Order: sequence, then C-alpha cells, then structure tokens
Amino acid sequence: MTTATDPLEAYIAAAATALDLPLDPAWHAAVKANLVVTLQHAANVAAFALPDEAEPAPVFKA
Amino acid sequence: MSKDLSWSGAADIAQAVANGQTSATAVIDAALARIDTLNPQLNAFTAVTAERARAKARAIDAAPDKNALPLAGVPFAVKNLFDVAGLTTVAGSKINRAHPPAAQDQPLIARLEAAGAVLVGALNMGEYAYDFTGENVHDGASRNPHDLTRMTGGSSGGSGGAVAGGLVQLALGSDTNGSIRVPSSLCGIFGLKPTYGRLTRARSFPFVSSLDHLGPFARSARDLALAYDVMQGPDPEDPVCAQRAAEPAMPLLARGLDGLRIATAGGYFRKGAFPEALEALARIAKAAGASAEIEIPEAARARAAAYVITTVEGAALHLDRLRKQANDFDPAVRDRFIAGAMVPATTVVQAQRFRRWYREQVLKLFERYDAILVPATPCTAPKIGQQNFTLDGVDMPVRANLGLYTQPISFIGLPVVAVPVALSPLPIAVQVIAAPWREDVALRIAHALEQMGAAAAPRPNL
Repeated sequence: MTTATDPLEAYIAAAATALDLPLDPAWHAAVKANLVVTLQHAANVAAFALPDEAEPAPVFKA
Repeated sequence: MSKDLSWSGAADIAQAVANGQTSATAVIDAALARIDTLNPQLNAFTAVTAERARAKARAIDAAPDKNALPLAGVPFAVKNLFDVAGLTTVAGSKINRAHPPAAQDQPLIARLEAAGAVLVGALNMGEYAYDFTGENVHDGASRNPHDLTRMTGGSSGGSGGAVAGGLVQLALGSDTNGSIRVPSSLCGIFGLKPTYGRLTRARSFPFVSSLDHLGPFARSARDLALAYDVMQGPDPEDPVCAQRAAEPAMPLLARGLDGLRIATAGGYFRKGAFPEALEALARIAKAAGASAEIEIPEAARARAAAYVITTVEGAALHLDRLRKQANDFDPAVRDRFIAGAMVPATTVVQAQRFRRWYREQVLKLFERYDAILVPATPCTAPKIGQQNFTLDGVDMPVRANLGLYTQPISFIGLPVVAVPVALSPLPIAVQVIAAPWREDVALRIAHALEQMGAAAAPRPNL
C-alpha cells in the first residue's frame, strides 16, 4: 500500500511542480509504474563500471 | 491489356510501364481501387492522395524516357510522420492535427517520385511513434492482413499492413527501437532499417533524435534494394545525415552469400523467444550457412540504455505539449512521457557513455563476421488489444517485449534487413544485421535467402 510518505510519490509530485506539468491524480499510478521501470533500467546501466575517461557516444564538433 | 499487378514487384511494374505493357495511370487506378476496397478492413491509410497520385501517373505516362525511371508507376505510401505537401503531418496524434499542412514533401518522397514512384497516401502509426503494436486511439488499430483480429506491430503499423496487404509495393516508415522491424515481422514482409544517418530525416516528425532512422518496406529484397538505392545520398537539411555519396546495393545483390561469414547470436536473443521465433531463426541460419553462434555482450544492458534515452528524449520533445494538452494524448503514451520527463538527467549521460563502449565491443564482432542473425520479434502477431502473452507459464507484457530483440541493435545504428519466414498460420521475421554502412551485405543475404525460398513475404487471404 502506497502512502503520502512514499519517497517516489513525493518525488513525482515535486517533479511535476518543478516542471510545471499538470498531473491528474488519476494518472499517478501509471506515471509511477513507468518511472519505476525506467529507474530500474537506469540502475542496470549505472551498474556497469566505466572509467572516468569513457566518453559519451555523441561527439560535438565545433 | 489489364493484368492485376497488385502482387507484382516494384521492379516488374516499372518494367511493364517502361515497356508500354501497362500505363502508370492503369497501375495507380488499380491501386487506388484496391485501397478503397480493402482499407476499411486493414485501416492502413489515414489519408489517400488520389488527385495527386493520378496527376503524377499522367505525368509519368507523358514522360519521354520511362526507362530512366527505375520505379515508373510504382505506388508507395508513407507513415504519417513524413511531411507530404498539403497534408498535416499528424504523427499518429490528435494534437498535431491542428498544425498547418506541410509546405514540402519529405526528401525521401521526392527522391522516390523523381525515380517515377507515385505517392498514394499517408499511413497509420502508433501515437508519436512510442509504440510497438500499430494500435492508435485516434485512428484505430492497423489490422494484420494475415489475420484481421491481430495487430500489425508498430509503430509503422499502416506501413506493414499496406505492403503486406498488397495495397502498395513500397512503404516508408521509421524505426527508433524497432518500428520498421517489428511490423515487418508481424506482417511477414521485408523491412530495412539502414545505418543511423544513412537516410535523411529532414521534414519528418521526430521522436528520439539519438535513435531515429527512416527506411523502406517491400515484399522482396530486390524491391527493398531498389527503393533504398533511389533514396540514398547526403542532405544538407539534415545535420544527422552522413556526408556519404550513394552506395548502390542493387548491383551487388547477385553476389549472394559468396564469401560472407555469418553467425547467429544467442544468449539474450533467445530469452523469451516463442517456438516460432526459434524455428524461423533456425531455417534462416541453415539456409545462410551460419557457421557459429556468438554472444553480443551486454545486450540486455544495451536495451536498458536505449529505453532510458528514448523516454527522456521523447519527453523533452513533448514537454510543452504535456504541459498544455495532456488530455489530448493517448493516455498510455502520455503517462510514459510524463514519467520520462522526471527521470534524472545523469541516467542519460550514463546511457550514452555505455553506448560508446557497447558499440566498440559489437564492432569487434564484425571483424570476424559479415552478418549476425537474431529473431526480429519473440512471437508472431498478438491479438489487437492483447496486453500479455505467456511463455513457459510466465506472463509477460506484449507492448514492452515486442521490441526486445530489435532495441539493442538500433541502439548503435547497425543496418538491419528484417527477412520474413512464411510460417503457418502466421509469419515472423529474422534480423540480418550488418556492420555500419554495409546495407549491401544485409540486402545480399536477404536476396539470397529469398532466392532459396527460405525467406518469403506470404500472400494473405484477403
């Protein structure tokens, strides 16, 4: 059971305010479910150790 | 002489028009009639440009040298995220319907028409391309010509349905994480996702700049190569389009499998695979003489990284629309984008850093092999509206998993031809993956497989 003290729910509410995004309470559950999946994928990527010197794929050319 | 050319190839139609066996007008009239009859069932088209098509056909019929037009009279259509002069570029959305009509055709359309092909309309797609099903809450689901109760796959759903259903010989779509290859698989046709940066994206509605590709669908490898060759070449209007002269693949098709080193990839690309996916891969691997099974390292992590980049870049693109018109989105798409807007930016930086590492590792595989084979989709076409599928007693969501095998490949922009295998009752495709800029290799293999009968676009009972 999720409560108002669920950190992710608090994060979503704060992010919506910071981004000036209208967030209908009816959408919360689906937004949270999607965010949970994305954060899991992000954690999977972050778990792969790369040296500090590893460059990102896109390279800007002046 | 009137012969039903619906199931003829693009090259054959062009030859018949050039020879005077038929006229472009006759071909286009027949295509428009077929679209009129079948589109209510297939829901592939969202706009039919009949007047424009007939005018173009008349112009071709009046052309003095039709032999100079390699696609003379060939009907084609484009996913509705391509700009078509005079049409609003809806990109599968309700919101974009309020935009003014496009002033000019997308360059790939112009190049195909310069070669004699005739645009007949715009095609259905998943909203804003964030979709693997081909369903659309505003325009209705594209339906699979092999079974109208089943999805075409997406997001280029109408493109898959229109080509598989014999409405057009060629279609264009886009592929960010699988949106050409998934409908190719579920509809049983050939699809080419070229190398990232090969074909100009100018004047098409974007989704994820880091990952978007445009490409063709056809019912034969030869027609795919023909369309691809016509569309190649730099475009100063697209900063992502490579400054590479066209590298025609058609003249190389006849080389077949000669000298090519081909392997299958296992591990990740077997997980969640239904028996049909494995059967299709086995048939293609055998026909291609695939000599080894290799592992693509960290493919699962690559998929995860592509997922993160997709949701964040997509959210950034749509942020203003999410602020002002959230209720006009498909709710499923809206909620994914809202979540994407909230993802910490550091995750994208990490994903892009991993991307460079992954690319280097995968390119090492191409030092030993010219092509790698993996399934295109885990399963054949699910039912329209189906939410889950069950494999080995495990319930999995349809939408997210249709792109399982395509996502790690488009993540690093490798060229892929999806080759259909005519299993019964439903087709399914295999990805023939080549090294960057080696579309010729993938097309040669696809053509050879087709000549051998291992790959074929089956005709539906419509």
